Amino acid sequence: MGSTSVNRRDVMKRAAAAGLLAVPAVGALSSCASGGGEENKAEKGDKSKKNPLGVKEDAGLTVYVFNGGYGDKYAQFVTDMYAKKYPESDPNQKPTEKIATQVQPKIVRGKPTADVVNNSGADQMNPGKLVHNKQVADLSEVLDAPSWDDPDVTVRETLVPVVEQMGRFGGRECYQLNISLTVYGNWYSKKLLEDGLDSSYPKTWDEMLAVCKKAKAKGIHGWSYPGGHPRYMFFSMYAMFAQRGGRDVTTAMDYLEPNAWKHEAVKEVFEAWEELVAKKYVLTGFDGNEAHTEMQTAWTKEGKCVFVPNGSWVENEARDTTPKDFAMTVGATPSLDSGDKMPFGTLYSPAGEPYIVPAKAKNRQGGLEWLRMMYSKEAALNLFNEIGSMPVVKGAIDGQKLPSGTASAQAAIKAAGENIVIPQFMDWYNELFREDFNNMIHKFMQGQIGPKQAMDTMQKASDRIMQDPDITKVKKA
Amino acid sequence: MPPRFTPERVRYDRRYRTLDKYRFVVGFLAVPLAFYALFVISPFLQAIYYSFTDWSGGPVAHFVGFDNYEKMWNDERFWDSLQVSVLLLVIAPVVTLVLGMFFAYMITSGGRHRRGRAIAGVAGSSVYKVVYFFPQVLSVAIIAVVWGRVFNTNSGLINGGLDKAGVDGPAWLGGDETLGLISLLTVISWSFIGFYVVLFSAAMGAIPKDVYEAALLDGAGRARTFFNVTLPLIRDTVRTGWIYMGIQALDTFAICLVMVPPHVLKVTPVFLYERFRDGQYGYATAIGVVLLFLSMAFSLIVMRVGNRDRIEY
Repeated sequence: MGSTSVNRRDVMKRAAAAGLLAVPAVGALSSCASGGGEENKAEKGDKSKKNPLGVKEDAGLTVYVFNGGYGDKYAQFVTDMYAKKYPESDPNQKPTEKIATQVQPKIVRGKPTADVVNNSGADQMNPGKLVHNKQVADLSEVLDAPSWDDPDVTVRETLVPVVEQMGRFGGRECYQLNISLTVYGNWYSKKLLEDGLDSSYPKTWDEMLAVCKKAKAKGIHGWSYPGGHPRYMFFSMYAMFAQRGGRDVTTAMDYLEPNAWKHEAVKEVFEAWEELVAKKYVLTGFDGNEAHTEMQTAWTKEGKCVFVPNGSWVENEARDTTPKDFAMTVGATPSLDSGDKMPFGTLYSPAGEPYIVPAKAKNRQGGLEWLRMMYSKEAALNLFNEIGSMPVVKGAIDGQKLPSGTASAQAAIKAAGENIVIPQFMDWYNELFREDFNNMIHKFMQGQIGPKQAMDTMQKASDRIMQDPDITKVKKA
Repeated sequence: MPPRFTPERVRYDRRYRTLDKYRFVVGFLAVPLAFYALFVISPFLQAIYYSFTDWSGGPVAHFVGFDNYEKMWNDERFWDSLQVSVLLLVIAPVVTLVLGMFFAYMITSGGRHRRGRAIAGVAGSSVYKVVYFFPQVLSVAIIAVVWGRVFNTNSGLINGGLDKAGVDGPAWLGGDETLGLISLLTVISWSFIGFYVVLFSAAMGAIPKDVYEAALLDGAGRARTFFNVTLPLIRDTVRTGWIYMGIQALDTFAICLVMVPPHVLKVTPVFLYERFRDGQYGYATAIGVVLLFLSMAFSLIVMRVGNRDRIEY
């Protein structure tokens, strides 16, 4: 997740893609892809106590890492670890902002050059489709393997359970492994809110409106919306759906149930946000690919708004523009009123930064081993030091001094307890989020459509995916 | 057959002579035709075949009949994108060609009648000719990135200028569909005008000077000369340009993909690209086939419209 921008090299690539996809060439593109069915022999070595995954020591390893808000230094640390253990393998890491563009064509052709992929960012590959096409490896082998630090404990036992849950696509197999915990919600400056506005964090929507009103009187916006990336609004909305209507509402969304998006709770949440838009409490005017960073700068440096919808990577991403005494904090989404089914503090906090191993990767075992190293205490701690986000490895950052954003995120997770909600449909039916929600919420935030049309649009999209034979459905277990 | 092998009884038959003539022509064309069939025609046919399958990029593709087309028919996202594409198809050629013709006319005949010449371009027209062509030299993707910055709501050139004038500029690309479409149209026209200026200047330059002199003697002004002399004489070039620009507009891919956020609006080729990205290759090729037939239909219609006798000069 995080930044996407266009650099010169991408421009050339896009120009090439443009040429390729021009109408007359569509056929040319397709003509090459139906060949090549031969099996790719994966490199394998002997399993041993020191090498539980059977890595071939001199097989090369290529790691593709999404170079966004987190950069790729944290992954280089693991790649260096790999190089240290297998000096003959000469592993090589490629940072990119265009994961799908660079990695997917080769996976589709059955000849992936990547052995591990950080499938993230705006150009991520559709994981559900990869699973359906059997293009990604089952990673259970990593989870079953002994952990890096303690051979008596499996990797699975060192991780928070949400990791495996999110890697499953309806079956027992685990196809993607996330490495960090992300906390989504309403991010704000504690200093601005408490000192500047003399308020405390709003626990109800009425209080939220009151804070926004107070802010408006001081000439600042209570809220903000990164127009170039409408999907950010979901980060502050999703927990409210669950909070208002209970888990049934969000489960119905995940399984594309009829009328899932037409639930009364969904309507009430949309109505709440509509009021925010109608009262012009929302700071807009950010567009293009840099919208989120523009918004963050307006928030941190220029103090133009109080709340931003965001995820816990923001502390790292906005580090350069954040004043020292900003006191960045995340708050759980406010309750609508006492009729809510789940308590205040319900948190949208999935494991983030997914990694996959292509099924036909040349050095598949190496890819798995790389992930096992990623889940070592050492790498987890480095992940935290490098990007400030919480690793999924249990106890990896105990006793560390946390920056304010991360500390508040950890406190939010603790406060949520069992009430963690995760939209599985984002992995299962990615386009429902990436396209349909994105398109809809943009019109909504501009006041072009109201709650009713918003719900209709989403329901129609959900039904469309349900009926689409090209999309494999995940059934309720 | 070479003459010495030709049997006596057919040698002077007219039907044989015709056949023999084509044998000669075909002999020369065989190799290029074979290449054309292999690298141009066969991919087309393959794409059409794939549009009837559920191919998702893997080694197998099942034949599914018209399922992809049915899905397209019911997919409102396809219709939304097609609406944008068709709007561009209709508006972009008008804007681009009219402006192209205007500039070309100014360059070739818009100036004062200096030194007794019947026609002359405006001052500095040879410079303009080069300047207009600049956008053609740039890659479309670079054009898209640069214009994306120009249109930026907060820090763009346009809104910066408006700001100075005390006007609050709108969100060009991150805002509503109409503004996005206007921006897209502006950039498409901007990047293609140069080509048409050169094309039309060449066509106008080929018109004999005495036609203009005659018009001048009859007292025709600039506008009159343009509509009654220049335009009718370059009609064929305009029509060719029209078809070309129409196909370009229907094909707008890179500019839209790079410059306009997909949630604001997208053209059909971008929608097609996204289906490729999602691994719905069968569906994507079906969209490609529809685009192919649309471009062909457009070309045929424009070629039919206003088909008149050519004026020879």
